[in-house]
Amino acid sequence: MANTIFTKQYSDNILYNALVPLYHVCLEVFLLLMVLWLIFHQSYNPNETGDLSKEELQALIDEWTPEELVSDVDQNHRALHPRVITSKAQKYISIDNNKCLNLATHNYLNFVGNEIIEKSAIDTIHKYGVGSCGPRGFYGTVDVHLDLENKLAEFMEMEEAVVYSYGFSTIASAIPAYAKRSDVIFVDEKVNFAIQKGLDASRSRLKFFKHNDTNDLESLLLEQAELDKKNPKKANVTRRFLIVEGIYMNTGEICPLPALIELRKKYKLRIFVDESVSFGTLGVTGRGVTEYFDVPKQDVDMIMCSMEWALGTIGGFCVGSSFIVEHQRLSGLGYCFSASLPPLLTVAASKALDIMTKDITIFSDLKDCCELMHSALETINGLKTKSHKHSPVKHLVLSDECVFTIPREEVLYEISNYCIQHGIAVIVPSYLEKVEKFTPTTSIRLTVNNKLSSEEIKQACTVLQEACNALMSH
Amino acid sequence: MLRLASLVIRPLIALVGAVILNMAGNGIERKNCVVRNGIHITKQLNGKQRKFNHEIFQNGTIKEAKEMPNSTTKRKRRSKESFEKVPLCTAIMTYLGFYLLMFLGYINRLFFTPKVAKERNREGYAPLYDRFESFYLQYVYRRVRDCWNRPICSVPGAEVVLKDRMTPDYGWTFQFTGTTTKCLNLGSYNYLGFAEATGPCASSAAQAIQEYGCASCSPVQEFGTHPLVVELEKLTAEFLGVEDSIVFGMGFGTNSLNLPSLISQGCLVLSDEKNHASLILGLRLSGATIRVFKHNNMKDLEKHLKDAIVKGQPKTRRPWRKILIVVEGVYSMEGSIVKLPEVLELKKKYKAYVYLDEAHSIGALGEKGRGVVDYYGCNPKDVDILMGTFTKSFGSAGGYIAGSKHLIDYLRVNSHAACYASSMSPPIVMQILTSMSIIMGKDGSLEGERRIRQLAQNTRYFRRRLKKMGVIVYGNEDSPVVPLLVYMFSKIGAVVRTLLERKIATVGVGFPATPLMEGRIRFCLSAAHTREQLDMALDVLEEMASLLGLRYSQLPIPDDEVAYDDELE
Repeated sequence: MANTIFTKQYSDNILYNALVPLYHVCLEVFLLLMVLWLIFHQSYNPNETGDLSKEELQALIDEWTPEELVSDVDQNHRALHPRVITSKAQKYISIDNNKCLNLATHNYLNFVGNEIIEKSAIDTIHKYGVGSCGPRGFYGTVDVHLDLENKLAEFMEMEEAVVYSYGFSTIASAIPAYAKRSDVIFVDEKVNFAIQKGLDASRSRLKFFKHNDTNDLESLLLEQAELDKKNPKKANVTRRFLIVEGIYMNTGEICPLPALIELRKKYKLRIFVDESVSFGTLGVTGRGVTEYFDVPKQDVDMIMCSMEWALGTIGGFCVGSSFIVEHQRLSGLGYCFSASLPPLLTVAASKALDIMTKDITIFSDLKDCCELMHSALETINGLKTKSHKHSPVKHLVLSDECVFTIPREEVLYEISNYCIQHGIAVIVPSYLEKVEKFTPTTSIRLTVNNKLSSEEIKQACTVLQEACNALMSH
Repeated sequence: MLRLASLVIRPLIALVGAVILNMAGNGIERKNCVVRNGIHITKQLNGKQRKFNHEIFQNGTIKEAKEMPNSTTKRKRRSKESFEKVPLCTAIMTYLGFYLLMFLGYINRLFFTPKVAKERNREGYAPLYDRFESFYLQYVYRRVRDCWNRPICSVPGAEVVLKDRMTPDYGWTFQFTGTTTKCLNLGSYNYLGFAEATGPCASSAAQAIQEYGCASCSPVQEFGTHPLVVELEKLTAEFLGVEDSIVFGMGFGTNSLNLPSLISQGCLVLSDEKNHASLILGLRLSGATIRVFKHNNMKDLEKHLKDAIVKGQPKTRRPWRKILIVVEGVYSMEGSIVKLPEVLELKKKYKAYVYLDEAHSIGALGEKGRGVVDYYGCNPKDVDILMGTFTKSFGSAGGYIAGSKHLIDYLRVNSHAACYASSMSPPIVMQILTSMSIIMGKDGSLEGERRIRQLAQNTRYFRRRLKKMGVIVYGNEDSPVVPLLVYMFSKIGAVVRTLLERKIATVGVGFPATPLMEGRIRFCLSAAHTREQLDMALDVLEEMASLLGLRYSQLPIPDDEVAYDDELE
């Protein structure tokens, strides 16, 4: 009995063994094939070009025609025919050997041509040579650099200063030393080109507010605050910067610093002020826009400034607390990787600063000249200015109601040419329209210096009026 | 935190990888080592290189040679680049040393609060600096901080006077002691020795101040063009043998402010991995796509070029608008010289453009001091954009871009620097005009030629003597930038300090300026150095190589005599 059961079971087993493998094997083979197919089949990958034969490759290379390296430029462009200055760029200047009153270069305090400065610069050449032959880190720090940095910090009543070898790079390097990819920068839409390049290099999120419009800025800040509420973790590590100019190079207006400082405190921003124009021109002792508005220096995080305008030399500097400024000595690209400022130009800046410290009448003279020029310009029929009366930079644009005999875009250049022919040097500043974030309106830019007499100002305005009259249709 | 983690983990992985690779490679390598090592291999390499140069000259430059009968096309060159690999043991020690420094730094921070300024009145603001960065600067870099930023108080000529300073608190602050030390200057970029306080350059520069003042307070496009600038542009073009040139007030700015006007979105840039920060910044500002190829590796460059043309732009699949190859003449940290003939060959083959930054090579290379183009006997017109600086060989400041009139006209109109940045200062321009005239022999003397020859001689001599010491020196035999590898972070400090004690001023470079593994000391040679000065330095170095253990080289030491006035091939 047991035996039969066993045999039955046994035969069932055999049956099982004989039947099951058939589909099992099929399945297994199928699975195996699937696996093999998965492993070896070539999926379509758009990144793979497959192997091209030599001929195909050559054909592709032959077929590709790159664009010209650079496009053609108009041979009549003004930049190709610059006016050559055959004298020192002082109060009077020779343009193509034609003597003019200089209302074009940024020599606000007349340090170009100053004999004391020139003598010390020459003495420096005979002590240190011309170039510094190395970046600051690699034996390019000359004692005169340290001297100038101390003087600048002292003059600006801040802890530390850092000197760069080129004005443009000062501003363009200082910004990305702090602002990084994940940060937000609030910035006035009329800022100068150096700031714009600094913003680009930082790769931060940019929020442009309308020129000198604190309400617009505040609405942007509120917008950002809303965003921050949604993601407080991210907000805690997002640095916020506010970047403005003391006096705007492109408009000649002064920034509303006290209101900006209020916003800075309220919304926890760090504020950087570019004082390239306002340094040495605003305030009773020339300390710039903070002195002008009587804002404590500690409320501003950093002041960036070019030495190429008021100080009449080359280079630039940043001042602020040691905590902020020290960082640039290792992170400011233009500071670390560029040769340092030639000693003779450093000494020139140093000497100019000495004069600024000793003689504060130059600032009141400059202020008087600015005001005088401002009121004189307002009388001109055909041109109007929006610049601030205390700004040494005055932008003149055409009055809307006037009609001219030639196209409006040509009028300003014609006025400038007329003035130069009649002994007054004024300029229509050039902008690179393709790369400016918001191209400034074309204007005539006048600069004022502290040694202008009222007759000279009157004369300049008379010539400007003549130029307008000659071009206006009556 | 992430950066910290990656910084710690990555070298660790690399280290493990290196160990494994080395173990695997040992079996095969070691066998051949005895045979392959040494003179055999160098000879082979030499043979190859010669053959290669030869080919190129036959293909490329011979044609030009007919037009320019004076050019020496078939110059024999036995120079070679060398980049000896780091010995495994040293690699391990370097990583361990770095970890030890970090570890000690963390312990240090537990006990001592940093003596640095704190931000005031900014409570509740997002922290301004990265935490790891601050830690690194305060507890690792601070230990060797005294090796950099040493103030000088003399001309940076063959010798330089350093202001002595001491630190009472381990590098947090420095105080001047009031004394000075005169050192041999192997740190400044003064290749042709024009950093001089007396002589024709200095006096002409002084005269320029009297005539044109210190600055013009205006950009070139406005009222910043003075006759000296016009003259310099003409002279530079003549010097380089091209149609036109444009000059700027800062070398760094020449790169960073002009590259964005040359390329834009839709263009591809192939950039050497060791390119200078100014080039990288300029490229980043331009918005073009940047691909990095291995240092001076022509195969890799060609691969990238082929790839770019075949595949086009990654997202849109359109072909690239144009391809720009960006290289330097002499790489300032590696001491290598770009393989220009090969680059030009590839450029022609793939219709790319070449941007050549001659910051360190102009004046310092070539029989006539015309830079790397002269060195290889290439035609300067084959290089689309020649850029260089006036800081180094000319002992001044600023930079130029030179090339076809078409290019320069475009830049005059579109360059950011020409439109917005202040024009060059007259005395700075005058220094260049005078030194360049001397190099060109326009002053009627052979002074320029003498300086160029002296520099070449100094370079050869110094490099060969170093090789004989068994230390690892990077770069090309003809390059006046001589990096001596010391690997370990702490050794950078030790070498710089000891050399200063022995009255030799040099520059150390370490992480993050170089890879973590490749700490180095850099010597910059000059025509102003005399043989005696170099001998003095070499003797000291010889002593230090034993004292500090710098003889890392595993190549056999060449046994030929090194004579100073070896005929230059």
